[in-house]
Amino acid sequence: MTPSATPSHRVLPPLPPVLRELVARLPVHPPSHLLALALERVLRPRLPADAAARLAGHAVDIEVRDFGLRCRVTLRDGHFRSAPASGPATLRIAADAASYLRLLRGDDDADRLFFERALVMEGDTEYGLLLKNTLDAIGPLLHWPLRRA
Amino acid sequence: MTSSPAASHVASPRPPRLVCPAGSLRALTLAIDAGADAVYIGLKDATNARNFAGLNFDIAQAREGIAHAHALGREVLMALNTFADAHAPQRWWRAVDAAAGLGVDALICADTAVLAYARDHHPQLRLHLSVQASATTWEAIEFYRERYGIRRAVLPRVLTLAQVEQLCRHSSVEIEVFGFGSLCVMVEGRCALSSYVTGQSPNTAGVCSPPSAVRWTDGADGVDARLNGVLIDRYAPDEARGYPTLCKGRFDVEGTRDYALEEPTSLNTLSLLPRLTAMGVAAIKIEGRQRSPAYVEQVTRVWRAAIDACAAQPARFSVQPQWTTTLGRWSEGQQHTLGAYDRPWR
Repeated sequence: MTPSATPSHRVLPPLPPVLRELVARLPVHPPSHLLALALERVLRPRLPADAAARLAGHAVDIEVRDFGLRCRVTLRDGHFRSAPASGPATLRIAADAASYLRLLRGDDDADRLFFERALVMEGDTEYGLLLKNTLDAIGPLLHWPLRRA
Repeated sequence: MTSSPAASHVASPRPPRLVCPAGSLRALTLAIDAGADAVYIGLKDATNARNFAGLNFDIAQAREGIAHAHALGREVLMALNTFADAHAPQRWWRAVDAAAGLGVDALICADTAVLAYARDHHPQLRLHLSVQASATTWEAIEFYRERYGIRRAVLPRVLTLAQVEQLCRHSSVEIEVFGFGSLCVMVEGRCALSSYVTGQSPNTAGVCSPPSAVRWTDGADGVDARLNGVLIDRYAPDEARGYPTLCKGRFDVEGTRDYALEEPTSLNTLSLLPRLTAMGVAAIKIEGRQRSPAYVEQVTRVWRAAIDACAAQPARFSVQPQWTTTLGRWSEGQQHTLGAYDRPWR
């Protein structure tokens, strides 16, 4: 009943601890810039104007725990951008790569992952809920890896 | 005790209709495509009891969703189930007008003022009594039928199976019961717990825990959940969490720290399906407009399969293990219960 669980884990094995620690030491800006570019491509065209207006102007930290990766992005002047690493973020989201993948594919439910502690969300709960509900309403942002028949 | 009116709908029990939640157009589409007989939706304001940022429908989305459902012969019910603000009830009247204009198949209401407005201004509109009205006897339901012409009542989750059966036998309107989803503290329509801490209640503002009042904080000892600054639970680092509502918090009571009111768990009545059908229950409701489209789709598929299997061979119906596995996966706290249906006390 949960066909996506195995493929997600299989295509994204966790990094070895040594490599994860190395990634965690890298500057935040490069991955943030890449994430902003990706969001600009896959999310921005589908983001309703009213949601974009309400989400704009806040920094969001996104951590991929099993990769040791941290990004900080914001939506400003109508575009996704990397946000300055200093200062507090409005929202901090942390999960493993497989959980992100399942959410991006529309295979899972943020509440369920949250109950299981597979997804951590800290900061402005109202903003987080707005983000979650907006993404839920938009639908899958990713169709990789393909589902098996 | 007065005699009950003729119960016209119980003569030949039909499979209950499957009523599923939709917090977005995408959830509505997936629910319909997964086999829901009807979906229930709300507008993007405090007129419904799931008033969360980014959730629910604007008029254009509702119109599109209704068109999709109607094209496949399914129904869309609109929840207008909060209590009108006495200072500004016009918002609720406008919502009723909008729902009528959209061509929804029924309104789900709790407030007698909203019911009366709908009855007087849109007499053709079918009315369902919301669980928020907290009508637990057939006499109470009959009052709503006589005064407002309701055609269906959604029962609060406080009744035992025997009580539901008794009510079905005597009611002259259709009966809808909850089949699956998060449980509330079971005084629907009367709960003021969140008002105590936040000044807002589900019956007026449409939310149990206003998101602006909720804070999760990771610390060395685990995660603190606070509601308007009040600590309502502290979870160990690897401990499963629940919704941050006051009723599901853990508190020190006479030296024991535990759930003082209710544990985070989900109702699951799959095993009761043959009995609910035999009683003449007209519809089974799935809770969770706040949940993702993935939840809606998968839970709908399980219940569609179960209702069809029960209709085909009620005497041989058994809950399939994969249904239980799937529903367990989507349950709050990953545990489920028969709730009050199986309550040993009275």
